[in-house]
Amino acid sequence: MSATDLEVGQVVATRDIHLSRESLVRYAGASGDFNPIHYRDDVATAVGLPGVLAHGMLTMGQAVQPVVDWLGDPGRVVDYQVRFTRPVVVDADAGADVTVEAKVGQLPGDGTARIDLTVSFGGQTVLAKAQVVVRLP
Amino acid sequence: MPVAPDLSGRTYPPTAPYAVGREKVREFAAAVGATHPVHHDVEAARAAGYADVVAPPTFAIVVSQRGLDQLLADDSAGIELSRVVHGDQRFTIERPIVAGDELQVAFGVTNVRALGGNAMVSTEARITDADGALVATASSSLVVGADA
Repeated sequence: MSATDLEVGQVVATRDIHLSRESLVRYAGASGDFNPIHYRDDVATAVGLPGVLAHGMLTMGQAVQPVVDWLGDPGRVVDYQVRFTRPVVVDADAGADVTVEAKVGQLPGDGTARIDLTVSFGGQTVLAKAQVVVRLP
Repeated sequence: MPVAPDLSGRTYPPTAPYAVGREKVREFAAAVGATHPVHHDVEAARAAGYADVVAPPTFAIVVSQRGLDQLLADDSAGIELSRVVHGDQRFTIERPIVAGDELQVAFGVTNVRALGGNAMVSTEARITDADGALVATASSSLVVGADA
């Protein structure tokens, strides 16, 4: 896709992501973030959380993948930012289902596009100002 | 202990080089659902113009963690991990990280401000390669809670 094929507001990718406790343990090992609130119910409860939470960085890392697949090259991502606004509680049995919608937020005309992500869990957004700046092919 | 009042502007010495391993890239890619072949297949990565398998955009957090660890280990900073919540995160990427990179992190605190009863600590990790070239900048805000 080139900038001339895109318009602001256009949805370029969507994805449904299922997170299980296994996803959290896998991310803990891969990232080195072993904070127990991401795998121990007793610790999560003791610090006042509603349950075991997904790592914010796991949600951030998963949410950009539909954009990478749309671009066809991870090297085209030049800037990526999010604010973590709500936790994703991952039930031991049911897991958690997160949805991502990626749409064109801005086309500055310099060969890049700002893609805005809407990342939702349980009907509420969990990331704010989730923006990916990409170099267009 | 509260966050040190003079924390803003504090910097830490560059970390020992982090060697980016091929299997680590594959493992991290699998963990974040990154299925593109350039993350996993060396031949696909080379065909796309990369020296080796390509790390996903958020892999820089693994490297910048080495810098954050310095802050958390600094008793005079007054930041305990159990009171820290990740507020926001940004990666400004100069080039993708690939297996074989040897990366160093220069980590510092760029700002501290009060946020209700908490402190918002802004940090920046500048990641450079073996040639000293900037690879990525990871900026994050940590919300540090008051003593329980």
